[in-house]
Amino acid sequence: MSNILEALNWLLTADAWTGPGGLWVRSLEHLAYTLIALGISAVIALPLGLAIGHTRKGRGIAIVATGAARALPTLGLLTLVALVTGIGLTAPMVALVVLAAPSVLAGAYAGVESVNQATVDAARAQGMNGWQVLTRVEIPLGLPLILSGLRLAALQIIATATLAAYVGAGGLGRQLFLGLQTYDYSVMLGASLVVILLAILVDTAFGLTQRLLRRVPGLAGPGKAPSTGTRSRRVRANMTAN
Amino acid sequence: MKTTGLLVTGTIAALALSSCGGGDPLADGDDAEAEQGEALVIGSQQYYSNTIIAELYAQALEAEGIEVEREFDIGQREVYVSEIESGAIDIFPEYAGNFLQYYDEEAEAATLEEITAALEETLPEGLRVLEPAEATDQDSFVVTAEFAEENDLTEISDLAGIEDLRIAANSEFETRPYGPEGLQDVYGVEISVVTVQDSGGPLTVDALVSGDVEVADIYSADPNIETENLVVLEDPEELVLPQNVLPVVSERVDEAAAAVLDEVNAALTSEELISLNTQSVDEQADASDVAADWLSEQGLD
Repeated sequence: MSNILEALNWLLTADAWTGPGGLWVRSLEHLAYTLIALGISAVIALPLGLAIGHTRKGRGIAIVATGAARALPTLGLLTLVALVTGIGLTAPMVALVVLAAPSVLAGAYAGVESVNQATVDAARAQGMNGWQVLTRVEIPLGLPLILSGLRLAALQIIATATLAAYVGAGGLGRQLFLGLQTYDYSVMLGASLVVILLAILVDTAFGLTQRLLRRVPGLAGPGKAPSTGTRSRRVRANMTAN
Repeated sequence: MKTTGLLVTGTIAALALSSCGGGDPLADGDDAEAEQGEALVIGSQQYYSNTIIAELYAQALEAEGIEVEREFDIGQREVYVSEIESGAIDIFPEYAGNFLQYYDEEAEAATLEEITAALEETLPEGLRVLEPAEATDQDSFVVTAEFAEENDLTEISDLAGIEDLRIAANSEFETRPYGPEGLQDVYGVEISVVTVQDSGGPLTVDALVSGDVEVADIYSADPNIETENLVVLEDPEELVLPQNVLPVVSERVDEAAAAVLDEVNAALTSEELISLNTQSVDEQADASDVAADWLSEQGLD
């Protein structure tokens, strides 16, 4: 208990936050790493996931591959990559993308698959081609699950980006490792609390975005699109089980 | 709420029990004689070289028929020192300067003699240090041979004036007496820390050799210094205190056991320590095999 109080005390001192190695700078670095890693994960995994969901092909391979990627210990992967690429941001980025891409991928294909087959067939019957079906029907209706995948990935990255400091980059891991190595638990706990705070902030931002999008006509949200309701719930249950 | 209460009570009870088991405070104090039969507990840091030294002590004692118990690979100083003080560990290979600075951060002692003298005064009752070995293993400021030649470097102060210097070191380096502040105060060297969290291991060496950093904090007994053709910068002001290997022992270590440890330390020179480390790093040999070979070479088995 006293450790937590000391950590809060430390967080309330101005010294902890200011300066080139202070918590402000480290938090911004941490957020930047998160955004970059999330961006790369999205660029790689979103198109793949949408393609798998749209064509209904390759789902088995995707599940096996993402399962294997998730099982890799991130610290081991980080060290291994760093031995090849040297210290800096490359190694943590590779490790974070490997960690986060499976969630984005699963969200994307589950989102597309959650769209009621009757709706898709109706769109085709109207004369839409494959691309139009994907961009005008499947993505808008599957958006809640696609966003859930990104949301999950963002949280995983924020929690794990602390490892960047292991190989010479910045972020809140700097304070975390310093506290850990010198048994200065107030610093370690304080930095952890800031990581938790960042995670809550980002999660809330995602939650608000999802809520706002639900109000946009034509985009699906739970309860707002009864035709997709049961299926998307079932798929969501599958995702959680994964 | 009720379950929380139970949990708390349970945890406290468990903690109380475990603390009794470890220290055994009633048996320890008065009855040293009765414990002669019990094994001496040897600890080591979570550092391969330290574990090899601990293994040397263990096997040398065993060869004399003294029973030992191994408690190796314990995190860092802050954790295991309390174990030594509580009597849970009887023998621990330490490094002179760092060990003194743990007890007295402001310590004035600079030479090995001053350090051992200061340790005798500051160590809590019941603990003492034996004769230090010639071998040292200390944080040292290391550069590549090319960088040393380009900038005409032989000692740390030669780094002063070079701009944008970076050093790869563990994060705790920032707060150590020989960290950036100490470098600035003593040698006028301005340097920023790039944290590479593997204690001078392969990532740190790699960062130095590939030019990501100009300087690295690598232990002086690291075999990589020779194999990668690195230059250790001299430290004439002794910013990093001498880190000779010396065993910290409890009262349970009697004269016979101490004599065995002294014999091992007398044979342990810096060259010998580096060659022990090389066997562990290059040949991936097990600490106990490395120790057994060395002891038989030295005729101490």
